[in-house]
Amino acid sequence: MTNLFVLQLLNGVQLGVLLFLIAAGLTLVFGIMDVVNLAHGVLYMVGAYLIATFAALTGSFWWGLLLMFPAAIVVGLVLEVLVIRRLYARSHLDQVLATFGLVMIANEAVKIIWGVSPLSVPMPELLSGSVPLMGPLQYPVYRIAIIAAGLAVALGLYVVVNHTRIGMLLRAGATNRTMVSALGIDIGKLFAIVFTMGGVLACFAGALVAPILSVDTGMGESVLILTFVVVVIGGIGSVKGAFFGAILVAVVDTVGGVFGPIWLRSVLDPSAAGQVGRMLAPMLVYILMAVILFAKPAGLFGGRG
Amino acid sequence: MAETTLTDTRPARRPMAGRVRAAMILFAIFAALPPVAAAIDDPFLVLIGTRILAYAIAALALDLILGYGAMVSFGHAAYLGFGTYAVAVLSSYGINDIFLQVAAAMIVSALFALVTGAISLRTTGVYFIMITLAFGQMAYFFFVSLSAYGGDDGYGLRQRSTVLGSDMLENDFTLYYATLVVLIGLFWLCHRIVGSRFGRVLTGIRENRVRMEAIGYAPFRYQLTAFVISGCLTSVAGVFLANQAEFVSPAFVSWHRSGELIVMVVLGGIGTLTGAIGGAVAVLLLEEVLGSLTEHWKLWFGLFLVLMVLYSPHGITGVFKKLGLGGTKQ
Repeated sequence: MTNLFVLQLLNGVQLGVLLFLIAAGLTLVFGIMDVVNLAHGVLYMVGAYLIATFAALTGSFWWGLLLMFPAAIVVGLVLEVLVIRRLYARSHLDQVLATFGLVMIANEAVKIIWGVSPLSVPMPELLSGSVPLMGPLQYPVYRIAIIAAGLAVALGLYVVVNHTRIGMLLRAGATNRTMVSALGIDIGKLFAIVFTMGGVLACFAGALVAPILSVDTGMGESVLILTFVVVVIGGIGSVKGAFFGAILVAVVDTVGGVFGPIWLRSVLDPSAAGQVGRMLAPMLVYILMAVILFAKPAGLFGGRG
Repeated sequence: MAETTLTDTRPARRPMAGRVRAAMILFAIFAALPPVAAAIDDPFLVLIGTRILAYAIAALALDLILGYGAMVSFGHAAYLGFGTYAVAVLSSYGINDIFLQVAAAMIVSALFALVTGAISLRTTGVYFIMITLAFGQMAYFFFVSLSAYGGDDGYGLRQRSTVLGSDMLENDFTLYYATLVVLIGLFWLCHRIVGSRFGRVLTGIRENRVRMEAIGYAPFRYQLTAFVISGCLTSVAGVFLANQAEFVSPAFVSWHRSGELIVMVVLGGIGTLTGAIGGAVAVLLLEEVLGSLTEHWKLWFGLFLVLMVLYSPHGITGVFKKLGLGGTKQ
């Protein structure tokens, strides 16, 4: 039981850091630019497809990962310049419609370019296999590497956001956009940097997850809504909120999905518990969101509602 | 009203009247479709028509809160789910009467709208959009988990709903006209709601929330009531969609569906009621036409959406405002 718990907890943390990578950019885009971006999940998908392509071309996961970054920057910048930039001054409704259109375009474009059958990315030699954890428990090295990479990015973002000039502008922008531009900061450039950075982080998350998932067109969608939940729970514009929100959502999702039915079986009869458990497990994170919002409408670390 | 002037400005002063007239014309065209379909021997048209009418009901209901209350609900497909699954679940227990099915769909929808609306309406703007989207997704996973009704794969209906014991809806033409009658009835209802004191308060809150509070209205109660009404009416659309397709599945509840409903309302002209119906026709016909031309129709539809937003001076909402059809920008 303890072993299973530790295993699910680790899986939860691993999903959590991935969600954080995606949510970090999304929360800044929402918080600083006040733009609803439904197409953020698309970038996660594009990251996975990019590494799949480059890894297949070069025959190496590492080269694939390295080449993914400049490509991701290009994708982010092109998206910002062509579409997102023109949406800043628009109503939320216009933003929803345009980015919804982008999701449709991207999903179909991916199908046209890479086909409908899922791609796979080979696990790098160095990170394959498992390590003993405690007792008979083994844990895949690659998942540990994902956790490490995610935590490293979180630490890096913490330093950037809290101890650099650009980070100061980010925090200022999330708190009061108008004031920042009134103080003579080139807000257009700041926006472009933030959007591209967020896009690259989402692509990175997609690239990291590619070896352990099949790369297909639906992958951005399932993660997009979870990321929204993370951003809402954490508070819009807060990177710290995105981190704790992501870990919380992912752990509740994974651990609750496994232990909820086990716990239910101790209060209900097995068949009813099975049915209720199957029904409740995927809804858990949304219930969590509802409870948190009921108590704190602006999210855990949110300044504005 | 005996006054006659050279420049009669009444229609301009009363845009409502013009819109109702436009709706009448639309309804007349709808009513003429089945005979035409029969004449050109294309009964499939009637089925497509029924689908369009059902979505028009949903778009109409969404316009009530999106257009008149400025609430961008991105989770309205959930109510289509409650409607479609009310038919599936009740008919599996032998309850086929459409009135009972509609009642059940509305009760469940009202409860869901009441709870999720109460939480969502504590927030505004981006938060509101994302939270309604998340609750919509919650409903989606709920329907996926209904393994007794096929889970992800969906569930085929054994028969269509009955009307007071009669199986008249088995006939595609009757189903079409029944849907049309309900659409007209609900249009009339929404028209009355919008023109009522309640509707005016709702519009007032959309225009200036602070001022409405200052003169003594509690916006939350009005918005929540509108949200619940809209959810209930959307579920009626679900009941007819299930009957049209004779099949229910979580696909009706996917967030793409919610997005399409918003597109319908906005394309037709937000806050006009008539526009929502026109928008439903336009979007579904565009899908049919693009779908018959290329399997990648979503690419072109998406491109159309993006270009519409980018290359109209004030967004899609602005275009219709300019044409004198739209309401106010959110």
